[in-house]
Amino acid sequence: MSNYRGFRAFDGKVSFLFDKKAGKKIGILFILTALVFIISAGLGGMAINPLTVLHVFTGGGTDMERLVVLNFRLPRIIIALVAGMALAAAGGMLQGMIKNPLASPDIIGITAGAGAAVVGFLSIFSDKNHSLTVSIQWLPLAAFLGAILVGLTVYSLAWRNGVTPVRLVLIGIGISALMHAMMTLLMILGPIYRASEASIWTTGSVSKATWEQVWMILPWTALFLLIAFIYSRDVNIQELGEELAAGVGNAVQKNRLLLLLISTCLVAGAVAFAGGIGFIGLMAPHIARRLVGSSFGVLLPTSALIGGLLVMLADLLGRTLFSPIEVPAGVFTAAIGAPYFIYLLFRTKKR
Amino acid sequence: MILIKNSTKLFGIIVALLLFLVCIGMSIVFGYTNTSIHTAYEAFTQFNNSNEHLIIQNVRLPRALIAAAVGASLAMTGVLMQTLTKNPLASPDILGINAGAGLAVVLAVTFMHTASLQAFTWISFLGAGFAAIAVYVISSAGHDGLTPLKITLAGAAMAALFASFTQGILTANEAELEQVLFWLAGSVQGRKLELLIAVLPYLLIGWIAAIMIAPKMNVLAMGDDVAKGLGLKLGIVKIVVVVIVILLAGGSVAVAGPIGFIGIVIPHVARKLIGTDHRWLIPFAGLLGGILLLAADIGARYIIMPREVPVGVITAFIGTPSFVYIARKGFRN
Repeated sequence: MSNYRGFRAFDGKVSFLFDKKAGKKIGILFILTALVFIISAGLGGMAINPLTVLHVFTGGGTDMERLVVLNFRLPRIIIALVAGMALAAAGGMLQGMIKNPLASPDIIGITAGAGAAVVGFLSIFSDKNHSLTVSIQWLPLAAFLGAILVGLTVYSLAWRNGVTPVRLVLIGIGISALMHAMMTLLMILGPIYRASEASIWTTGSVSKATWEQVWMILPWTALFLLIAFIYSRDVNIQELGEELAAGVGNAVQKNRLLLLLISTCLVAGAVAFAGGIGFIGLMAPHIARRLVGSSFGVLLPTSALIGGLLVMLADLLGRTLFSPIEVPAGVFTAAIGAPYFIYLLFRTKKR
Repeated sequence: MILIKNSTKLFGIIVALLLFLVCIGMSIVFGYTNTSIHTAYEAFTQFNNSNEHLIIQNVRLPRALIAAAVGASLAMTGVLMQTLTKNPLASPDILGINAGAGLAVVLAVTFMHTASLQAFTWISFLGAGFAAIAVYVISSAGHDGLTPLKITLAGAAMAALFASFTQGILTANEAELEQVLFWLAGSVQGRKLELLIAVLPYLLIGWIAAIMIAPKMNVLAMGDDVAKGLGLKLGIVKIVVVVIVILLAGGSVAVAGPIGFIGIVIPHVARKLIGTDHRWLIPFAGLLGGILLLAADIGARYIIMPREVPVGVITAFIGTPSFVYIARKGFRN
């Protein structure tokens, strides 16, 4: 058993099993993410050498380089990274909890709920002069409220002597369709310039990222990733199935609600700033499971890193491939994600 | 099942038919320019070029007929799909067929600058057909075959994929967004009669075929093994059903855009009323579907007068509660 190292704290209330092999893989992924981060900051309309980018990070470079890297590119790269991490972590939690490999925040409607709230916010609080009547800082709050409201609605509608994963997914799909109808309604009722803005937003794009947003999404996501990590052993137990989980003394229903709340908070943060980037919550956890197995303590960081990596790459492609036209990152994640989803459905054949 | 005897079922169908006709009449008469039945009658018998007569002939009549045809088609599609997939939640919108047709139309408008009605219809069929076959094939893969949960998930994922591509294309050229947005929401407003006439042959074939295949659907509903044992040619019947679904769903979406939830709600209501015998169920569901869409469309004119709500939004609001109800009840596992 030398592959594992145990870790306990607070009288065993918090415990982890550290997998050394997985630790190495996480390390490699971390380095890979850092590399993509730096290279991505150098690519675009004005190409900058990665070494110069590093130089800019430490305070050097010309004014022009500093402007491009620090003001234009860095915010969106950071938001892409963080949003990807949050979505992937939330997807991993939901899959463990629902025990269905095809569950993800976009399929059970949380993303659409946050989306409807944001579109509503944009169309209700904008005046004739194309500007918002309230501070944009309230936007994440709206997204959060929408996500949490839909999360709780789906949860309570799925409740019938407890929540079964199948009902949760089905009701999520229904509510998600309703939220899409809401979005369309709000887009049509609101001014048309908001419609195009809202449309880009629902596809998922980080093109409007600012440092202000970075400072809002960063602590929020970090906090909930930490909480998710602390609850990783509950996810592991949930994955054993309801009877076994209850048998080893886990409060199954209470924890299901708790895990749903944590993943909702993660999704809300991501959706508020990056929009409805789809399929990350589905894909990243699967790739991570292939790499490190399904123990959530190692799965969470791995899947978060992969999610961040994927969204960063999608955004990089979106802004460089058809330049000067920007393609929302969500289009690329869907383009990779849907075939992957099909592959997952096919693969169940072999089991 | 409320209507048990054949005579009461016939009575039920006649009542539904009358209600259907009344709704068409109401759809012609009511709206922003309120007219009377008398004027409507005059508009067809002694047309005098007055504003009201013009509105009735060019705006209201096409709209009423389109709502009736689309509603009926969607409801029948829902019945067929639910029996075929043994999934109480199957319907063109949940399984991604509407989204597929939507993507095809947006692609055609953007890249080929399609304007002709005929091309529009064919492209919509193509999209619907592609999506239907893709979802069906994908969810049939795997050793446990086509399970209700799998087809729902596959449909939802494909719908999400098509939707995000549609959004992506629309964001790339904002000019088209405005004109396509209303179509994408699903609406029967402002559609010309020619559009309906272009797809009417396909819809007619679909309706007749759906009613003719009803006895076979009864056998299919007993499950694949029993149906095979009773001598049903499973493969052929399933292919025919898929073709009918594509004709009806593709035709509806070409005219009215993706209108959701009628295909889910109506089959269930119809089954509650008239039972599961498809020979009664399919025509009855068709009539109820027409009534629902006509009524929703009349409502759409009054909610935020003088502007209009896309009727697809209204059906979504009516439909979601029933979807949730069915999802809670339908899957016991």
